[in-house]
Amino acid sequence: MFKYLFAKAEDIPAGSAAVYFGFSSIVWFVIGTGLGSFNAAKLAFPDFVMGSELLSFGHMRQVHVLAVILGWISMAFAMAMMYITPALGNTKLWSEKLGVWNCFLWNVGLSLGLFLLWLGVSSGREYSDLPWFIDIVVILGVLLPLGINVWMTIKTRRTQGIYTTNWFFGAATFMVIIVFTVGNSPEFFQLTGLTEAYLTWWFAHNVLGLWITPVAAAISYYVVPKVTGNPLYSHRIGHLHFWSVVVFYSTPAAHHLMSAPLPEWLKSFASVEGVLILVPAIAFVSNLLLTMTGKWRMFVENIEIKFTITGVLMAIPLNMQGGFQQTRAINWYIHGTGWIVAHAHLALLGFSTFLEAAAVYYGLQTLLRRKLYSLGLANFHFWMLLIGFTTYWVSMTIAGLIQGAGKIYEVPYIDVIIAEHPYMIARWVGGTMVFLGNCVWLYNMYKTAIAGTAIPEGRLPHELAYER
Amino acid sequence: MAFREYKIGARMFGLAFGTSMFITLYMPAVDIASVSATSIAMDRQLSFGRVGGFSYEDPFLLGWGKPITVQITKDPKTGAAIQSTRAFVYEADVPFPNGIRHPRILGTAPAAASDTKGRIGEADEASGAVFVVREVIEGGVTVPYIENVTATRGWTPSATLAKAADSQRLYVGKGKIMFVREGCWWCHTLLPEETQDWQYFGAPPMLGDFNGESPTAFGSDRKAPDLTHVGSRNSSREWMMMHFFNPRLVQPHSIMPRYDYLWGETDASGKAIDYDGWRSAYTAYANGETVYAPDVPVPAKDSEARALIDFVLNLK
Ligand code: HEC
Ligand code: HEM
Repeated sequence: MFKYLFAKAEDIPAGSAAVYFGFSSIVWFVIGTGLGSFNAAKLAFPDFVMGSELLSFGHMRQVHVLAVILGWISMAFAMAMMYITPALGNTKLWSEKLGVWNCFLWNVGLSLGLFLLWLGVSSGREYSDLPWFIDIVVILGVLLPLGINVWMTIKTRRTQGIYTTNWFFGAATFMVIIVFTVGNSPEFFQLTGLTEAYLTWWFAHNVLGLWITPVAAAISYYVVPKVTGNPLYSHRIGHLHFWSVVVFYSTPAAHHLMSAPLPEWLKSFASVEGVLILVPAIAFVSNLLLTMTGKWRMFVENIEIKFTITGVLMAIPLNMQGGFQQTRAINWYIHGTGWIVAHAHLALLGFSTFLEAAAVYYGLQTLLRRKLYSLGLANFHFWMLLIGFTTYWVSMTIAGLIQGAGKIYEVPYIDVIIAEHPYMIARWVGGTMVFLGNCVWLYNMYKTAIAGTAIPEGRLPHELAYER
Repeated sequence: MAFREYKIGARMFGLAFGTSMFITLYMPAVDIASVSATSIAMDRQLSFGRVGGFSYEDPFLLGWGKPITVQITKDPKTGAAIQSTRAFVYEADVPFPNGIRHPRILGTAPAAASDTKGRIGEADEASGAVFVVREVIEGGVTVPYIENVTATRGWTPSATLAKAADSQRLYVGKGKIMFVREGCWWCHTLLPEETQDWQYFGAPPMLGDFNGESPTAFGSDRKAPDLTHVGSRNSSREWMMMHFFNPRLVQPHSIMPRYDYLWGETDASGKAIDYDGWRSAYTAYANGETVYAPDVPVPAKDSEARALIDFVLNLK
């Protein structure tokens, strides 16, 4: 990778940036879930590794969260954008060199940021924990170059229209820059008090709603038609999805602070408006499931479709939760409990991770022109993720309901903690399965790069039979 | 191929996103900014200092450049006995909180009172200042304001500190830094919920209780009791000390981590703390091999543990 940083643009093979992003994302996935599993062990057994400030729960939790969001998820996005955007425009990535630099700065900036966070250098605001100078690195070195590359590639495309996926990519890269800049403004301008608290959650909400969710969805708009060979069921529904995300997902940020002393109108607005999240959700899920018509066999046989459709199916419970858990009738019961942690993992580890994993599987095979090394290992990865995640989600949901009951019936707090203990252990076991599955994935992709069967010119990866 | 055929789409997108930002950013910001600070907000920011997270004065979150909260019973200037007073001592070069730097954020009436009665405009960071929170009744309404007692009564930071014995000092500002750095807010909230926490955790805060404070560290995910009013539930320094050193000493089922490392190298008497010895003695006790748990060392005056305990006990 380093040799391309200063190479002439024409010497850099097409797709290099995407390949680097792909492997970086898998490595961050392994690191991130490893940290998650470590944290989970601490919540189950508090004296597991003690006496060290750096290894304490309070120093590690935010590193896990940002490693998976900015490392795994966002880098997998970057990888997907860097091969899907040109593919859909029948052109090359606008600047491969910018892409390589982007990947380099991203890894360096993120490692530095996470290292500082680990030491405890934090702004004290959840999800925007990074101190402001790292925020600037993220804006200028990570998000802006990515956006420029995507926009310019779309602009220099050689096709007539812009496919749904690229609409989403172009808009989401733009929105995430705005969201990141505005969301971190309390630190740049020393905004304080409730304004700061509200902006913190405005950021956290929109980074999920205008970045993670739409980009993950956009990826599956590409993968499913490409691999199954079916055209997208409806472009109109795709448009409905796009516009309703922009309008309905960007507005209910205040629902994260339903019990804080924010202005009542704001909370009521967020609470009622948030239900409309069901519009993009239903549009998305139905569109993709209908695209699958006649090809459901591939859900069993093809690893990318298996991942993608599992992710799409998880969007159903995810959005049913998301649409209703900010209503006052439900929020008061589950707010601040493990239910929310389960929901966060359903969104990021369930829904979104499964879609990105498919993109990385498919993209690396396409770019390296090599068939996946082993379907067996890939299936193992899939089931470890699915069973591990399900264990996590079920156990934390139950723990959350226990906490909710304890909260409203005013049970002494310690009794709630005792009751939660078995579920904390179950969560740790589930999360560790995810981590182990990812180690296998890294191995499988490494083997693919060096020992996968070469894909002949003019063929697509999924057209070749699996060998192992 | 440019975006030509997408002109309408691009404009609609701008309109939609812009409207959304107007409703979710501009309108709430105007609304929140119109609320005046309460005396609680003034007390909070004066005791915490400018920033409770990463800042220039304290890049590694070690508690540098933070004020000291004192409870004094003698007038620092004259030495005469006075009613017990809570004062916030900003030694030279300790950055002032936002309410002093930008009095506007306190709201119109408190800002005016702080300026005319409290003379906060005369406070100077380079030489330090001492502040107290006061109230005045204006037209039947109680208006809280900040008084710069260095200007109004000549209480200099050093004279004020001289009148406060160690037991009358609370290192709340440094403690808040520990709270943020050690991630207490990943488990504890600082926000009783409006719907059902009144009985168990105490009154939820009001709209004006946070003006000037940063970060608020509300926490989102409650795995442990809310701490907003913990000092009123439990004011025992001894209990806190044991609980932070090893929560399982006082609460065998707790999942709270041990914060013994905040004690540093030596205890209050200057003796080196033998962590390994303590841990094996505790393990023996936990296994039922010994009857008594080992004694918890008293934290040194300038230790991080001391500041954290001050912060927690100050949460009333
Ligand atoms: C892993 C989660 C966790 C972390 C991190 C944590 N605590 Fe706790 N804390 C608990 C639990 C659980 C309890 C309730 C059981 C007990 O009393 O130990 C508790 C209890 C307390 C209590 C007593 C509350 C009461 O109602 O009497 C205080 C005070 C406290 N913690 C302060 C802190 C501070 C300060 C920090 C940061 C240095 C911190 N905690 C970090 C989990 C945590
Ligand atoms: C791609 C995968 C993952 C993503 C995107 C992810 C994301 C997140 C997020 C966003 C949070 C904050 C949740 C909240 O505050 O509500 C979080 C917390 C956490 N995650 Fe993950 N996570 C992933 C995988 C894992 C795994 C495999 C484990 C292993 C057990 C794990 C364990 C934890 C733990 C223990 C917490 C702290 C929860 C708490 O404070 O109660 N995560 N994660």
